[in-house]
Amino acid sequence: MIEVQHLTKQYGPVTAVSDVSFKVEKGEILGFLGPNGAGKTTTMRILTGYMPATDGKALVAGYDVAEQPIEAKRRTGYLPETPPLYPDMTVRDYLTFCAKIKGVPKSDRTTRVATTMERTRIVDVATRHCAKLSKGYRQRVGLAQALLHNPDVLILDEPTAGLDPKQIIETRNLIKGLAGDHTIVLSTHILPEVSQTCSRVVIINRGRVVAVDTPENLTSRLGGTSAMYIEIDSGGVDASSALSGVAGVTGVSVSTTRGAIVGYEVASAGRDVRRELAAAIVGRSWGLLELRPMRMSLEEIFLQVTTEEAAPEAAAETAHE
Amino acid sequence: MSNILAITQKELKGYFASPIAYVVIGFYALIFGFFFYSLVLYFDRQSMQMLGLGAGQPPVNVNENMIRPAFLNAMVVFLFVLPMITMRTYAEEKRSGTIELLLTSPLTDFQIIMGKFLGAMALYAAMLAVTLIHIALLFMAGKPEWIPVITTYLGLLLMGGCFIAVGLLISSLTKNQIVAVMVTFTVFLMLWVINWIASFVGPTAQQVLNYLSITDHLDDFTRGIIDTKHVVYYVSFIGFGLFLTARAVDTERWKG
Repeated sequence: MIEVQHLTKQYGPVTAVSDVSFKVEKGEILGFLGPNGAGKTTTMRILTGYMPATDGKALVAGYDVAEQPIEAKRRTGYLPETPPLYPDMTVRDYLTFCAKIKGVPKSDRTTRVATTMERTRIVDVATRHCAKLSKGYRQRVGLAQALLHNPDVLILDEPTAGLDPKQIIETRNLIKGLAGDHTIVLSTHILPEVSQTCSRVVIINRGRVVAVDTPENLTSRLGGTSAMYIEIDSGGVDASSALSGVAGVTGVSVSTTRGAIVGYEVASAGRDVRRELAAAIVGRSWGLLELRPMRMSLEEIFLQVTTEEAAPEAAAETAHE
Repeated sequence: MSNILAITQKELKGYFASPIAYVVIGFYALIFGFFFYSLVLYFDRQSMQMLGLGAGQPPVNVNENMIRPAFLNAMVVFLFVLPMITMRTYAEEKRSGTIELLLTSPLTDFQIIMGKFLGAMALYAAMLAVTLIHIALLFMAGKPEWIPVITTYLGLLLMGGCFIAVGLLISSLTKNQIVAVMVTFTVFLMLWVINWIASFVGPTAQQVLNYLSITDHLDDFTRGIIDTKHVVYYVSFIGFGLFLTARAVDTERWKG
């Protein structure tokens, strides 16, 4: 549905986006993740036809955004970082205007505006001026504007930015509900958002794609399951030697101590040693309170991938799709 | 076409939702009303004097002595008012980010520019329409010729179109409305007075400067003459202004 090939954008001497390529299949939600200034907005602006790329190609619903912009734009809904509202217009007038310029046929306009307002839960502010809306409502009116012409592709630049936690959950659910009918690209720098809403993630840093995968794969691939956290009530005895005695364990270190309860981090070389560890502990009749694989959270992966030193290896590891 | 009209409608609503439309129309109505009234007083005295002098004097003409000078004098208001109309067209959209909506909607640059141009023209026409009251009063009280009145309106519309095209161009180059107003005002003023130095330069340059002067071309219109020379000047001026605006918008795109 969306295909981005070797996209590059230069502002004078500054390269904002460099050789970015990815694909989004129909009905997918793609998360576009990166620190501020990584090139997310630039990429999205190119995809929506707001600005041309210096080099490379972007196809939306089969149309090249540079060659056939009108056809591509007809099939794209875009919510920019700041919702593009006209302060003097009421919400209904605004959406009617948007429906007009987005080519919604005259006969459908009123019903389309009404159903979109219901869908985005903004009916109660229909007669209010856009200037008087709260941040949450502005965001939702912006989303309504993007949905109005029922586009194949939705491009949402930080759709939950500035919302309160309840609104964030509502917006995420709304977006999740839209997937399937629509293909969605959303950008964010909030990591849980990606694991909760997106089926695939593109991590971008300094204008380059550093990782493309599902959130689960990214977590397991980069974090691995080779580290284990174990909490034991060993009644004051140091369990380190007992743990390192287990076959396959390569390293043991104490991470927390609360009286007799001690938490250990156990590293193992590749293979799953949970059974042996449990047996060793229970065999000594210590209390096994906790045993869990230490996965890297998406935050840690993100930091690892976008920190300069780590970036090259991580990119090499994950950039091939 | 429906896209152009959608933008035009939006622009017009925008003018009337903000104080701009009321300030512009009110300001022009006030100044034109003052000029008109003073010309009525002047015309009245002149007519009395001529009656006293008896025959042999050229007849006092309502078109020549009232309508024409009223419009020409009130034209100075355009210098201040038209930049106010055009300042926000692009600058405001860029500042508030709504330009992203327009540029990512299935619209061509031409449709957006034409829509904005026609919106500003419609407000300008509404401003001129205020003077219809004064003209109607003259028609009730006397027998002015109607052809010069119509050609004057046509000339004013064309001349205003040139100013609006320039204003659009300047607005498309900046985010700042104050900058847009000041630059537009300065350019208007230059176009206005450029032929003042005409008599000091060489004969060729004189012709060129006179031709460039935007107000010079209005003269024939106010006398009831539609000369294609002037129509071509105004129409091509507008066309060129809008073309440059399109180029400017496109360049802005590249710069992002």
